[in-house]
Amino acid sequence: MKKEVVIEVKDAKAKEAINSFLESLLEKNLVSALLVPREVPSKDNVVQSLMTNYNGLKEVNVISPVLPVSSAGIISEMTRLSSYKNPVGVVLRSCEIRALIELVKLKQASLDNLLIIGVDCLGTYSVSDYQNLCKQGNSPSDELLRKFKEGGEDTKLRKACQVCEYPIPSNADLVIGLIGVDFEKNILLKSCTEKGEKILEKFSFPEFNQSKREESVSKYISKKIEKRDTLFSEMKEETSGGWENLLSVFSTCINCHNCMRVCPICYCRECFFESPTFEFDSEKYLMWAERKGSIKMPRDTTLFHLGRMSHMATSCVGCGLCEQACPSNIPLLKIFKTVSYNVQQIFKYVPGRDLEEPLPLTTFKEDELRSVGEE
Amino acid sequence: MANFEPKIVGFLCNWCTYAGADLAGTSRIQYPPNIRAIRVMCSGSVDSVYILRALLEGADGVFIGGCHPGDCHYVSGNYKERRRITVLKSLGLDDGRVWIRWVSASEGKRYADSISEMTSYLKRLGPNPVSKYWSL
Repeated sequence: MKKEVVIEVKDAKAKEAINSFLESLLEKNLVSALLVPREVPSKDNVVQSLMTNYNGLKEVNVISPVLPVSSAGIISEMTRLSSYKNPVGVVLRSCEIRALIELVKLKQASLDNLLIIGVDCLGTYSVSDYQNLCKQGNSPSDELLRKFKEGGEDTKLRKACQVCEYPIPSNADLVIGLIGVDFEKNILLKSCTEKGEKILEKFSFPEFNQSKREESVSKYISKKIEKRDTLFSEMKEETSGGWENLLSVFSTCINCHNCMRVCPICYCRECFFESPTFEFDSEKYLMWAERKGSIKMPRDTTLFHLGRMSHMATSCVGCGLCEQACPSNIPLLKIFKTVSYNVQQIFKYVPGRDLEEPLPLTTFKEDELRSVGEE
Repeated sequence: MANFEPKIVGFLCNWCTYAGADLAGTSRIQYPPNIRAIRVMCSGSVDSVYILRALLEGADGVFIGGCHPGDCHYVSGNYKERRRITVLKSLGLDDGRVWIRWVSASEGKRYADSISEMTSYLKRLGPNPVSKYWSL
């Protein structure tokens, strides 16, 4: 099933080389459409675009280092009611694929006839940083590739990306590889499933024979894990004062629920926290205020975050879009990533790892957690 | 603090613990009146949000009573609640204010003992500090 070939790059133009491969997928009718990130006409941001022909393919940029939205949610929107009859190619980063796998388990998306093309992720900038880079006249993707090649750390990347231990896509049919590859000359194209292999059979790309990929990848990942662990210990220190320290973090929440809306895992059509349960009589507010002396308005923001956390922590993929969407700069990534990691460790569950692994909160083992309830 | 009376919100499963509490009553077993019992159909129906809400509103403790593992009227509700409580406790907020106990319909004594034990534990622990935070 595993087959590794190279896409040859002309004049160090990685983006163009990948695009010509995508173009031939459409041309050879191997996919009927492609869901890809595409630069908007103003050139300072990228949106997901569903393309059925290759006009405009020039603007496609699958290595653009920005993630305004997770495609997992978009694919859920597209496939929730029915799956595709003809193959549709979707180009995704690791976090998007992992979230998609979770959504499939939550019965919110279908993988039928999807050709998942994963791309090595070198990280993304926040939307505003990305726009600023564009304004300065640089191409953020070229800049990032250059920095990556030089081996430098880019501290401008989103925190979520700086500490992401999954730069390599898993569960993809095809992987476009950049890490440990001389991407100015060659880009790795690897098939990981039978579906992917069938696609590669239609092409006559030369074999991939650089052996340093695996070594570079594991080196890169261990650097990320180190940074992740630093984040965990920061969090531990900050919350060591108990309840108050952790809870006061949510005080500035303005209850916009942006974090919930951009979260690829939060799938409920109707959120409990937006239900009439949270509509109260005028007198009730006075009663609460009287009890504590004063209450913070809008109310129930801490409950919202803790409640959301308890619902989705088992499936959190750490994409950090919640933090990117927060207008109050609440360090959501740090909190959610740390808590989720701890929760997932209990059940030895890794979200997005395997479609066959049941979601921790939908299953149980008779002989686990014996001490709970028996004291 | 000597006369601090903790407030406990109790979620009792209809088939086991609620009947167990009933038995404690009809058997005239004495236990502290600190628990406010809410009957639910299954311990598996107690979402973490209910527990968090009680605590954030200032309850000193939350007690969840369910059937013994293997005895759930709905087969697996208590097993799932056991996982949910484990998740809740790992959010980093656990200071022993959330108790879950399996109490069957015939265990009136175990119910009374659990409530006594929890009440005296909370008396030692003191009031829930969250009841004073205005900024939640």
